[in-house]
Amino acid sequence: MQKVWAFVQGCFLLLRKGSKLYYAWVFSLLVLIAIGVVAYANQLYNGLIVTAMRDQVSWGFYISNFTFTVGVAAAAILLVIPAYVYDWEPIKEIAILGELVAVSAMVVCLLFVTVDIGRPDRFWHLIPKIGILNFPQSLLAWDVVVLNTYLVLNFGIASYMLYSYYYRREPNMKYVFPLLMFSIPAAISIHTVTAFLYNGLAARPFWNASILAPRFLASAFCSGPAGMILMFQVVRKWTNIEIKDKAIFKIAELIAYAMFINLFLLGAEIFKEYYSDTVHLAPVKYLYQGLGGHSDLVSFIWTATIFNLTAFFLFLIPQTRENYVTLNIGCVLMFIGVFIEKGMGLVIPGFVPDVLGDFYEYSPTGTEILVSIGIWATGLLVFTLLLRIAVPIMNGDFHVGEDGVKPHIGDQLFFVRKRVAVEDEDLYSP
Amino acid sequence: MSDREEHDEHVFRLTRRKALKGLALGIGTMVLPAKDASASVWDSFFQKNFRELSRPERQKILARLEKEYSATYKKSVRVKDTPSPEGVLFGYGLDLSRCVGCRRCVYGCVTENNQSRDPQVHWIKVLRLSKERGVDLEHSEQYYNPATVPQEGYFYMPVQCQQCENPPCTKVCPVQATWKETDGIVVVDYNWCIGCRYCMAACPYGARHFNWKAPGLPAGEMNPETHYLGNRPRPVGVVEKCTFCMQRTREPDGKYPACVEVCPVGARKFGNLLDPTSEIRNVIENKRVFILKEDLNTQPKFYYFYSV
Repeated sequence: MQKVWAFVQGCFLLLRKGSKLYYAWVFSLLVLIAIGVVAYANQLYNGLIVTAMRDQVSWGFYISNFTFTVGVAAAAILLVIPAYVYDWEPIKEIAILGELVAVSAMVVCLLFVTVDIGRPDRFWHLIPKIGILNFPQSLLAWDVVVLNTYLVLNFGIASYMLYSYYYRREPNMKYVFPLLMFSIPAAISIHTVTAFLYNGLAARPFWNASILAPRFLASAFCSGPAGMILMFQVVRKWTNIEIKDKAIFKIAELIAYAMFINLFLLGAEIFKEYYSDTVHLAPVKYLYQGLGGHSDLVSFIWTATIFNLTAFFLFLIPQTRENYVTLNIGCVLMFIGVFIEKGMGLVIPGFVPDVLGDFYEYSPTGTEILVSIGIWATGLLVFTLLLRIAVPIMNGDFHVGEDGVKPHIGDQLFFVRKRVAVEDEDLYSP
Repeated sequence: MSDREEHDEHVFRLTRRKALKGLALGIGTMVLPAKDASASVWDSFFQKNFRELSRPERQKILARLEKEYSATYKKSVRVKDTPSPEGVLFGYGLDLSRCVGCRRCVYGCVTENNQSRDPQVHWIKVLRLSKERGVDLEHSEQYYNPATVPQEGYFYMPVQCQQCENPPCTKVCPVQATWKETDGIVVVDYNWCIGCRYCMAACPYGARHFNWKAPGLPAGEMNPETHYLGNRPRPVGVVEKCTFCMQRTREPDGKYPACVEVCPVGARKFGNLLDPTSEIRNVIENKRVFILKEDLNTQPKFYYFYSV
């Protein structure tokens, strides 16, 4: 227990150390968070009327973001599987970063749900025993269970591994391996349950298609890893950690397969709706063509479609996949493409036209955008702080000192431009 | 100081610190959403789900609410919790050949059930449908505004909660804040709802409404005869819905719902489905009846029919 405490203390000591760039980055995130908090306080004070949601469209930008980030979190298994099931070394070295992405994405998810509910003061009604969790009837109750399990699981695995490395010993795989294996179905379950959340509603034909959960998973395995590829390059360039090209290109290859399945499933759904041409076509028509003079989402969904298709080909062709310029373009296109498709493109058409045929066109208000920026910034801050601890541990700059108690901090800067500069920093370590 | 005393003091300090911390946290989370609340904020915060309350606990809560509402609306407000009557299953009939689309039911409902006037919350929506297309919701119009009704070529279909036998809304609620009573009425505990709006996504009839801001209910227009699960004033951030006016229909003298009473053409029928002599049974047995979206297996107890 004492050792855990010493580790935690060491971590806090480490978090305070960093280059000017690190401080500037953390500070700017804090500013964004503060803006989000003010916007949220305004929403709490006035009610959800400050959002553009209304009875017709009762879920909006918050739940769209939630849906998207669940996918990002689930994508961590795209690193866990090759690393631990297939023992592929280049990815094994960075699998832990995938778990940290999952942890941060889960924090973002849970925050988005929190800001969406009308009575956050009653969140405790969801806690079993103290309140009532309507399990197993309500899919939202399932979501509460699996999201929290997945968060705890990833946080647990990552912190145990880092803790072991900090004390310079190999983690006991007897404990970690079963948990890692369990995190694979857990990742699939978080996105499946989130899909079922929509899927189970017969009132909303747009969501009531059995293909929805597979589509969710396929798109998640595009957007999450695309974000990770970009993030790995930033981390590799600005911090003292090695990430091999091979690992990045392998992830890109996996994305290509996932995007193929995603596009295929989308095509299957479009075919079914248009060819059968029933009353259920309305939401799809509203999304892709506009309906009854309402067409707010049309330009968005076509942007997403073109982005996804372009990115798919960039990832499919080995020459463009292994060229950092085209690879990065592909990643950005895919991240935005899936963000639109799985976010607003999925949630809003479920509500338009509404169940009685009313058209209410939704687009987020300033409050919704500011609160969302605040939440994304919180996620980035959590991720930055986790990296601040993980990176020096992984490259050996942060470990327990010679005396077995005091931490040795070899990396005083964290965010640096060149690797050479860091070698001298050892002089300043305590 | 003995070890024992020292230990005791230590324990005391810890608990006091914890209590203060809890207090601070509690106030922090509550002050913002409940800015106008009085001291009863605490009772209301820790209140259990209505179905878990004992008789005396319920009475205490009703008394608290009556006091609160009476002070807010400057009149003597009654909050009942009349339970579901035995041997009763409420059913509703709506005569599409009579309805003229005047929407008096909409506003009768608003007045009776203390709905928000600003922003306007309507539990009943009247759809204008063209005779050529029939019941085609996608081409319906809720915001029609002619000088006189009915208009040539149109018919009107009011939609409100269908009090489903198999309600999708109660199934999805993550905290069991909404349920179906034995008389068939689907209710919401406004003090337990967390405002996630999942029930609204699940309802195929658009019958659930959210309080996007604090309901604007002028004191003068407030109906003081209320039911805990029905028309009592609602807080911000929760979902509300039609309860077939349970504050009227559940009473021993059994009044009609406000919308039935106010309908100028007698298009609305109401009664006990279990009573073979009731008007609603007569409608079901002798008229051409249909239910809305029967393919969804919600089994509404709201029957549309044609009398001519």
